[in-house]
Amino acid sequence: MGELLNIFIKSAFIENLALSYFLGMCSYLAVSKTVKTAFGLGLAVIFVLGITMPINWVINNFLLSESGIFQTDLTFLRLILFIAVIASMVQLVEMVVEKFSPSLYNSLGIFLPLITVNCAILGGSLFMVSKEYNFAESVSFGLGGGFGWFLAIIAIAAIREKIKYSAVPPALRGLGMAFLLTGLMGLAFMSLMGIDPAAF
Amino acid sequence: MADVQVAEKQSIGFGKAERKLLTDPLDSNNPITVQVLGICSALAVTTGLKNATVMAIAVIFVTAFANLITSMLRNHIPKAVRMIVQLVIIATLVTIVELTLKAVAFDSYKQLSVFIGLIITNCIVMGRLEAFAMANNPYRSLLDGIGNGVGYGIILLAVAFVREFFGKGEIFGFKIIGNTAEYVLDTTQISWLGWYANNNLMVLFPSAMFVIGILIWMHRAWNKSLVDIS
Repeated sequence: MGELLNIFIKSAFIENLALSYFLGMCSYLAVSKTVKTAFGLGLAVIFVLGITMPINWVINNFLLSESGIFQTDLTFLRLILFIAVIASMVQLVEMVVEKFSPSLYNSLGIFLPLITVNCAILGGSLFMVSKEYNFAESVSFGLGGGFGWFLAIIAIAAIREKIKYSAVPPALRGLGMAFLLTGLMGLAFMSLMGIDPAAF
Repeated sequence: MADVQVAEKQSIGFGKAERKLLTDPLDSNNPITVQVLGICSALAVTTGLKNATVMAIAVIFVTAFANLITSMLRNHIPKAVRMIVQLVIIATLVTIVELTLKAVAFDSYKQLSVFIGLIITNCIVMGRLEAFAMANNPYRSLLDGIGNGVGYGIILLAVAFVREFFGKGEIFGFKIIGNTAEYVLDTTQISWLGWYANNNLMVLFPSAMFVIGILIWMHRAWNKSLVDIS
């Protein structure tokens, strides 16, 4: 149990997908203008990462690996299968949410389809493969990574809401400033790198 | 079918409109500094010019051919499943790139690791498919793909140049400024500009953010029409 908690904390803070690896930057920059929309996208990312990570783990270990069903090394199909799983899971999640909770569906709105092309999701799955996690660890890694991404987008959205009232040079306004801010936040998150998650 | 016929009548020559398709993404419609697409890989692979060059070539290949293939199939793709179809096309091309790199340049393959795979979710590929290839003929789509790939590659190389030059004092792995490692053993080998100490911040991830932020600043200061007025 402690091991799983370690992975959660490590993936949420120390190896933050958004601020240490800079994954999912497109939607991170595009949807962080207000905290409200950032909150919706952040929740959706936690949700989708938490679902796709175990599914991709099962696919990678039981279908594609040499010890899987087909007894052959099919890892060259990994990218195609992973992205197909992500795309179809996003579509499925969208339909389920629409059916059972129209209010949540309306608040998430366009963010669900956007997640398909959020590289944090595919990146998470690829990291999961390269780190050779087992099933429980990959669930923990998915949820932790999603939570870290959620924190990062809320933080930048809050800063961008405030900075609208500052006297930023015209050419730096908007996008340029968002980049500089994310760089500074990345520096701040780097100071967490020294933490030993085993101490928790 | 009528409008399909019209679409096919677009010229096959190389006129002003075609040139615009190639040059627009270099300046006023740049994928990174204006459309803000494909940032993730731009940040991660720009520590050195070598990796950036490999990445740029890979992305130009994928955008060009993904645009071409999608444009050829555009009248046969049902709207409801178009995302998955597009992703499969992109994923196939990326797998080709990945396996080619593994065979030809194994060192680069190792260093780029997951970021080659992440070209799939590089939003500029998907973005161009949605915005351009689904509505234009294959020839024009191919030009648009090449243009956007090159526009992306130029920014990638610019960022990589700054980061490698100031971070390691090297260009393409050749020592330009600062002392080499042999200096410690043999003090007679004082190199030109040996006073320069490497700026390690430039090797770290956040510096890519700063460099791109400043690039965007310069770009918008030069091309005033891009300034964010909201």
